[in-house]
Amino acid sequence: MGKSENVGIGELMQEEYRWGFVTDIEQERVPKGLSEDVVRLISAKKGEPEWLLEWRLAAYRHWRTLSEPHWAKVHHPPIDYQDIHYYAAPKKKAGPSKLADVDPEILATYEKLGIPLKEQEMLAGVAVDAVFDSVSVATTYKEKLASLGIIFCAFSEAVREHPELVRQYLGSVVPHTDNFFASLNAAVFSDGTFVYVPKGVRCPMELSTYFRINANDTGQFERTLIIADEGSRVSYLEGCSAPRRDENQLHAAVVELVALQDAVIKYSTVQNWYPGDKEGRGGIYNFVTKRGDCRGARSRISWTQVETGSAITWKYPSCILRGDDAVGEFYSVAVTRGRQQADTGTKMIHIGKNTRSTVVSKGISAGEGSNAYRGLVKVLAGADNARNYTQCDSLLMGSRCAAHTFPYLEVKNDSAQVEHEATTSKIGDDQLFYLQSRGLSAEDAVNMIVNGFCKEVFKELPMEFAVEAQKLLAVSLEGAVG
Amino acid sequence: MLEISNLHVAVNGTPILKGIDLTVRAGEVHAVMGPNGSGKSTLAHVIAGREGYEVTAGEIRYLDRNLLELAPEERARAGIFLAFQYPVEIPGVANIQLLKSALNQVRRARGEAELDAMDFLDYVQTRLALVGMKEELLYRSINEGFSGGEKKRNEILQMAVLEPRLAILDETDSGLDIDALKAVADGVNALRSHERAMVLVTHYQRLLNYIRPDRVHVLAAGRMVKSGGPELASELEERGYGWLDTTAEVGEARA
Repeated sequence: MGKSENVGIGELMQEEYRWGFVTDIEQERVPKGLSEDVVRLISAKKGEPEWLLEWRLAAYRHWRTLSEPHWAKVHHPPIDYQDIHYYAAPKKKAGPSKLADVDPEILATYEKLGIPLKEQEMLAGVAVDAVFDSVSVATTYKEKLASLGIIFCAFSEAVREHPELVRQYLGSVVPHTDNFFASLNAAVFSDGTFVYVPKGVRCPMELSTYFRINANDTGQFERTLIIADEGSRVSYLEGCSAPRRDENQLHAAVVELVALQDAVIKYSTVQNWYPGDKEGRGGIYNFVTKRGDCRGARSRISWTQVETGSAITWKYPSCILRGDDAVGEFYSVAVTRGRQQADTGTKMIHIGKNTRSTVVSKGISAGEGSNAYRGLVKVLAGADNARNYTQCDSLLMGSRCAAHTFPYLEVKNDSAQVEHEATTSKIGDDQLFYLQSRGLSAEDAVNMIVNGFCKEVFKELPMEFAVEAQKLLAVSLEGAVG
Repeated sequence: MLEISNLHVAVNGTPILKGIDLTVRAGEVHAVMGPNGSGKSTLAHVIAGREGYEVTAGEIRYLDRNLLELAPEERARAGIFLAFQYPVEIPGVANIQLLKSALNQVRRARGEAELDAMDFLDYVQTRLALVGMKEELLYRSINEGFSGGEKKRNEILQMAVLEPRLAILDETDSGLDIDALKAVADGVNALRSHERAMVLVTHYQRLLNYIRPDRVHVLAAGRMVKSGGPELASELEERGYGWLDTTAEVGEARA
């Protein structure tokens, strides 16, 4: 129990990325590098219509005029965008197939990750779309959802089966010119998840995508598009993991949410990409653009994220509160330890009248981790009576970690009410001793304190995932105190 | 049950305890009194296993084990309980969560089955009644926004739930009004048993109006300067600590 053991525990901690295995499977991928030809090749492999190819090419041409952003409080060696495979897929017929046709190795992989895809073992109440490297390999409960008119399928399938919907909404929230990583994604995105919930329908189960990066030297560039039509409701969850590797891998995803009048979208993320080893070798660069558009009156979009993995996390799930009385929410727990870096937060753009937003951010830093909250609250001139409440709490473990808060405010309407609260605390020796003197081990004591710290966010997660998130946090912080 | 011999403790190189001897048997209640800065709280914390205290000489034996070799949680599981002078706040963690985890750790160590949520709730109701606390307190974050009296009673509730063999109460009476003091004392008295030993660490005699100790010790400048029966407490009440020779021989204080 003594402090001298911490080196040992610290090393043990590296063993604890339990999702770091590689699946040995035959794959096909396009050669490394990015060019118009590669973009055309990806589009051709997916048999895409001309308009989508044109959109990709426009994105690619725009991307070439941009340079990588460096305003975030993260550091990494330059990324060689010509040294990445932009498409990798298990060798099988393209597109999602019946479960019976899915390679047993892949089914076994998901089982190992705790995501059974076989009919008899599927998670009750949760429909899953499984994305393996660049393609969706299976989607469960599809027929059941279809009977309610809900479309839940791989993005490439949606392009084939529901081109009019995709064309109407693709890029309508995150345009192909939005930012460096979003443009890159628009040019080369390979697959992802598409959801459409028709008018007045409440989706009866959690929809979920599990992203798995398997291939080496490969980036994952998936796109998620969720449309909640008038008066509908949907709750969606994404999870992710990747093998342990010494090289950094790029994950540049785009998520677009559209909530029409009176619609509610709840989007939860449990992000557990490989964080790299204790010297900072390897790990995923998680550069993601997520944005929701509360397009209709009284619509509501709620982001909940638990970010424990990745070498670098760069993401700002945002809400555009366009409709009157729209509500945007952002609940976040971000953990950095070892050499992990996170620069994350949100943007709340108030356009409609009486729009409200709530931001609760909990940053936990341990080891040499660096954790930054970056948030923008913008109230436009027409947003009468807009209200925002922001709360940023940082918890530090040890003396070599860092926490930063960068709140930005732009208010153009005098009737707006904007509140910001921030706290920074350390797990105190007195708290630890108090719990230990009641019989809890140091690890259990830390977990209890951290879970208490994150409670406001965890309670926003669907029940079973809240339990998962707590376990993940426990594993992430093993050996982090002392 | 507890045997402390020639205990020397330093904090950051400064000696605080300078040769403490104390023997506490099952069923006994001892009061350790003394002026501020005499080392009372240090003694309580060393028994509970807090880091930052360096034992430079002597030993503490508890149920025939070398207590100083055990981590704080191992001591707790072996039946030692410290009621804190300043109970710590843990935001976001419900009181009941800690009570249940702690009890199940202790039960596991005792070789008993863990209680599930329902059985635990039944059990904790009986404990609440014992210390006269409202159920509502179970669901509030640990000590967060509690009044001084509530915090101290919460400590007694934890003690009642964990049923320790040896309870150390560190200044449990400080900062309490007379009603809260009585309530705490009632709780403590309800938990007295011939199997359980208690050490009350206190500056004032007034707690001892409600809890009658078997032995009273006076700690001053890191040494036990006097020991006696309950009448010693009254004498201290009348005469204060000034009449005691704080340089008295260490051996005299052996209980």
